[in-house]
Amino acid sequence: MTSGTPTSMTDPILTLRGISKSFPGVRALNDVSLELYAGEVTALIGENGAGKSTLVKVMTGIYQPDAGEIRVAGQVVSLPTAHSASAAGITAIHQETVLFDELTVAENIYLGHAPTNRLGLIDWRKMRTEAQATLDSMAADIDAGIKLKELGIAKKHLVAVARALSIDAQVVIMDEPTAALSQKEIEELYVLIDLLKQDGKAILFISHKFDEIYRIADRFTVFRDGEQVGKGFIRDTSQSQVVQMMVGRSVDHIFPARNAAIGDVVLEAKGLSHPTEFDDVSFAVRKGEILGFYGLVGAGRSEVMQAVFGLTQTSGGTLTLEGRAIAPKSPADAVEAGIVYVPEERGKQGVITGEPIFKNVSLPSLGKTSKSGFLRLAEEFALARTYTERLDLRASSLSQDVSTLSGGNQQKVVIAKWLATLPKVIILDEPTKGIDIGSKAAVHEFMGELVAQGLSVIMVSSELPEVLGMSDRIVVMREGRVIDTLENTDLKPEVLVRLAAGIAEEQAA
Amino acid sequence: MNRLLKHREIFLVLAILLVLVLVTARFPRFAQPGNLLTIFNDTSILMMLALGQMAVILTRSIDLSMASNLALTGMVVAMTNAAFPGVPIPLLMAGCVGVGAALGAFNGVLVWKLNIPPIVVTLGTLTIFRGLVFVISAGAWVNAAQMSPDFIGLQRAAFLGLPLLSWFAIVVAALFWVLMTRTPLGRALYAIGVNPTASVYTGIDVGRTKFYAFVISGAVAGLCGYLWISRYVIASVEVAGGYELTIIAACVIGGVSIAGGIGSVVGVLLGAVFLGVINNALPVINISPFWQMAISGTAILLAVVLNARGERRKGRVILKTAESV
Repeated sequence: MTSGTPTSMTDPILTLRGISKSFPGVRALNDVSLELYAGEVTALIGENGAGKSTLVKVMTGIYQPDAGEIRVAGQVVSLPTAHSASAAGITAIHQETVLFDELTVAENIYLGHAPTNRLGLIDWRKMRTEAQATLDSMAADIDAGIKLKELGIAKKHLVAVARALSIDAQVVIMDEPTAALSQKEIEELYVLIDLLKQDGKAILFISHKFDEIYRIADRFTVFRDGEQVGKGFIRDTSQSQVVQMMVGRSVDHIFPARNAAIGDVVLEAKGLSHPTEFDDVSFAVRKGEILGFYGLVGAGRSEVMQAVFGLTQTSGGTLTLEGRAIAPKSPADAVEAGIVYVPEERGKQGVITGEPIFKNVSLPSLGKTSKSGFLRLAEEFALARTYTERLDLRASSLSQDVSTLSGGNQQKVVIAKWLATLPKVIILDEPTKGIDIGSKAAVHEFMGELVAQGLSVIMVSSELPEVLGMSDRIVVMREGRVIDTLENTDLKPEVLVRLAAGIAEEQAA
Repeated sequence: MNRLLKHREIFLVLAILLVLVLVTARFPRFAQPGNLLTIFNDTSILMMLALGQMAVILTRSIDLSMASNLALTGMVVAMTNAAFPGVPIPLLMAGCVGVGAALGAFNGVLVWKLNIPPIVVTLGTLTIFRGLVFVISAGAWVNAAQMSPDFIGLQRAAFLGLPLLSWFAIVVAALFWVLMTRTPLGRALYAIGVNPTASVYTGIDVGRTKFYAFVISGAVAGLCGYLWISRYVIASVEVAGGYELTIIAACVIGGVSIAGGIGSVVGVLLGAVFLGVINNALPVINISPFWQMAISGTAILLAVVLNARGERRKGRVILKTAESV
């Protein structure tokens, strides 16, 4: 509409002002603002949990902001549904495309706004030819008539872009579009982004990869803990300045001091490999030690832990627990050996919602609490009481449904469940993700107690303060490989971010 | 949630009482104890089958092959009895349970090892088992004259005033109650139905647990194979044709969630009794069988609506406490 006119370079196409959004126990966005300009790429940068995804959902009509206004071309709009967002000219291309595998490319492009004939029926021929024309204009070598499932991820992205063009979107949000692409495909995507820029689209580009951001973005906005902490032009800002904005934060709570005696190696992994997820991963965790795993999302940390826990099988490497070689084929094997795993997705993987607290806690220990094959509820209650009290779980009764607990208390239920199995190594995957500050402190304190009692803790975390505040040593992973293992003494957060993101030392200096 | 389940069970009891009162108003002899015990006896087989089905549905699966399993096991036992009248009945019954469990295990292995959706597996075996009845019988019937008196008489023998058939139902229900509430397997059946992913992360073998559920439903179907044949004293290809849907109906009316993880032994028993009462009461007051079907169908829809409302209520509870915590 306004593409090419001089004003479009100064007046933003899309303006967000004062957007706030809270969920029970978490403030995801606090008074954030964002401007997107025609023909420019704005990079949205921030750690995990900084509020980027929430913002995208607000912009695409999936979440309603608690406060703030959204303006498109100067007009205040409300986006109560995803449909209204696309009607307002905002479209998003996600990391994993949200298109329909069983429909044709043309149907995917025109779903929801298909051309119709005089009878109000879909004009298939017109849809097909227009879809093909759009694809050809992008120099995409795709036949509009084939089913989407026959395309690779990169081509699916192209279809998503074609869809954006077909609805005349003015704002294109790209949420980590390169995460699953090969280098060649990424180059093709850059060309396409240039095309969109020339076409006057405003692009919001979300990425963890600094080389990408510096390659294609014009402007940037940095989010931290749900707040906007910086913005500017990419060409005026060094990578280390951006890193500084990402990590520089006030200390929001003090981590407990630990004085656990660190003993011998308990669990050692040597050269763990997986065909697609990770390669040659080695680490060792000692008695009484917290070993932190830091890296960007998708660095392969959770995948390594799931292999250690027997959920997936490795293609190579060895695991040694207290000097004995182990090869867990299932989670039951791992638990039997003394390794337990508190997963990242608490609601989906951790608690059995709809069941009471005590049944959740006793589930892996039923062999212990039952006698000759029959459950003994009194024993189960006693077990659940012992371990939930140790964690200071707040609940009106152990028969309470876990789904009625807050995130922090659900996490305590999962941890209590595992402590009851008397493990040697406890793996915590993002243990405080999405839980309130108070519960975070309680979980941190409890981790200190665990190691004081001689357990070994492996903590996968993407939160820098947590990694730095809790770990004795830190393993940094990037793209499925261990980059470095560092003693956590006087470590600067910037060092970890650089290692994890793969930014060279001299650039940051 | 427990209170909600009890709610549902009380509701069912009231619905059953309402039907009894309405019918008794026009036909006073209907509510006499003797007649009520007859209805219970008539419903015994459905109760047992529905309990077996519940074990499967709890795991987010379904067993469509139960009625065909029953017909096949029934034909096997009837032909065995006809050929070897001397084989003691308890041994025959043990054989029935074994054959039924083996057929259930076949379903279970396909679900567990080949990861085929249970509805597809049992839709296939529904046809296969039914076809096997024809194959082994060559389409012939086994009738009362070919069955031994013991074979027919066992379930009619009375103990403490109740026919043995009713006692079978009572014992099976008691076993299921113990299984569901007092064994690790019962706990696992619920857990994988509520949250299969978290169950995997807890070390439960979801596939194996589903396998056990199918073995259980198969064993029950096998036992009922004998009971059905000896009750109706005819074994044929058509035995219990389409009955799998009645079994599932009893579960749904009894509050078993098709989405898995929710259901109770008492609820399922009441669901079966409700169908039994309707089927016995309506002919008494001269209502056509087609109305019976319509009423059963309405009861199913009502049950599903109640389930959906119950789940919505749960959602509100979560929000309220989330705010207060």
